[in-house]
Amino acid sequence: MTQLLEVSGLNAGYGDFRVLHGIDFVVEAGGITTLLGANGAGKTTTLRAISGMIKRTGTVLYDGNPLPAGPTEAITALSIAHVPEGRGTFTGLTTEENLQCGAMTRPAGKEINDDIERIFAWFPRLKERRSQQAGTLSGGEQQMLAVARALMLKPKLMLLDEPSFGLAPMIVAELYEKLAMINRDEGVGLLIVEQNAGLVLELADRAYLLETGDIVKAGTAAEMRDDEAIRTAYLGY
Amino acid sequence: MELLIQQAITGIATGGIYACMALAVVMIFQAIHHLNFAQGEMAMFSTFIAWQLLQWGVPYWVVIPATIVIAFFGGVVIERVVMRPFSKAPVLSHIVVFIGLFAIINSTAGFIWEFTIKPLASPFGEGSQLGGLISNHQIGMILVTLLVLVFLFVFFRYTRVGLKMRAAAENPESARLVGIPVSRMVSLGWGMAAAIGAIAGILIAPIVFLEPNMMLSILLYGFAGAVLGGLTSPPGAVIGGFAVGLIETMAGTYIPVIGGELKLPIALVLIVGVLTFKPTGLFGRTIVQRV
Repeated sequence: MTQLLEVSGLNAGYGDFRVLHGIDFVVEAGGITTLLGANGAGKTTTLRAISGMIKRTGTVLYDGNPLPAGPTEAITALSIAHVPEGRGTFTGLTTEENLQCGAMTRPAGKEINDDIERIFAWFPRLKERRSQQAGTLSGGEQQMLAVARALMLKPKLMLLDEPSFGLAPMIVAELYEKLAMINRDEGVGLLIVEQNAGLVLELADRAYLLETGDIVKAGTAAEMRDDEAIRTAYLGY
Repeated sequence: MELLIQQAITGIATGGIYACMALAVVMIFQAIHHLNFAQGEMAMFSTFIAWQLLQWGVPYWVVIPATIVIAFFGGVVIERVVMRPFSKAPVLSHIVVFIGLFAIINSTAGFIWEFTIKPLASPFGEGSQLGGLISNHQIGMILVTLLVLVFLFVFFRYTRVGLKMRAAAENPESARLVGIPVSRMVSLGWGMAAAIGAIAGILIAPIVFLEPNMMLSILLYGFAGAVLGGLTSPPGAVIGGFAVGLIETMAGTYIPVIGGELKLPIALVLIVGVLTFKPTGLFGRTIVQRV
């Protein structure tokens, strides 16, 4: 199977402080990969390095071609959508304007409005709030909005940074249903960073365990679920 | 009663000046989330360029668009050359840079054009309406201010570039993640603010005379208008500007202690008062954020 994203020897950090020590992982075309790990393991740093938000070294192949190291706008323009930690809502803009912002790399036209309506059909809660200032949406709605905004890019690859963070279990379940649908129906490859390992291992097909900047375990999601060490440390049974 | 009407019209006419300036202030605040202290000097410099072009015999209808375009690119250049290296610096550094810019632009204008006052003819010609109560220039100034306001409203509300600018100002990191070239938007914001400043300068100069320090007190009133109306709201800034003009004129006339000399502190009292009791201004939005 061809790889959508193939990362090898990825190094990155902040200033002189190195967070990642040459990690390797892949996202298959149309696949779902998850990076697991505790706080400070380097999960967010990995996503930020791919999006060109921080400097990196190492090779990142996207669709078989080397991915530029920056600037972020150029990487976004290659149909890589990043749903950042903390959702990154444009709080002063309306819900609908947030979605329009998601399509800024696409040529203007009717198609964008059609896509907004299509997305509203998937996320009816957002439709109810289309003219509302996005900062007043609940945490769950803002997370849905973040995913919806990323979809407006028509991405081939979506990077998600702890999408379940701070959300009620029911909302998380709903969100993961949407992610499964996005992957299945739209063929978007997903790279999901999570602490909530139980949930994401149900969805993903590949999983990597990150510890202080190194990948210490890699395998299929099923293998990881059955792994004794992961089970005790991250799944809690 | 007649005095009241006369004072009200004078107040509105003066308010038009402040509204122009307040609009320019809010414009740059939207783009960079800082108050630019050099805004008035940028407007003054642009006005001198207009004056110089007129001196060279260029007709007014060429001078105005030319000055606006020159000011726009001047604003972009200032952003690229002076502000860009400080884009990640703390607020205090920005303030120091603004004050530096203020001094540099002020003395450069003085060096080139000297500190003697110069008259600038009104683009709307001489003459007045309502039996001499309000000049054609004042009417023209108020109309142009409202026109600029409508333009800005349409630009920010209904165009893609306007939305990009708002997004980039509000959350630069998210803006980059959706592919908006944030630094280009900041440059554009500076260019537009400088262009609006140029319009304000050309409208104001025929009233106060042209000289390098012409904007000093006007900028203060402009700030007061912007703060009163709300720094996040262009229409608020215009209404705030008119309100400041009215308050200033009325207070000067009807409160004997204030008279002509103590008018300027009114602006300061307004700024402090609004920031104390209603920091978002009359029309500003509170950005609500649930986490």
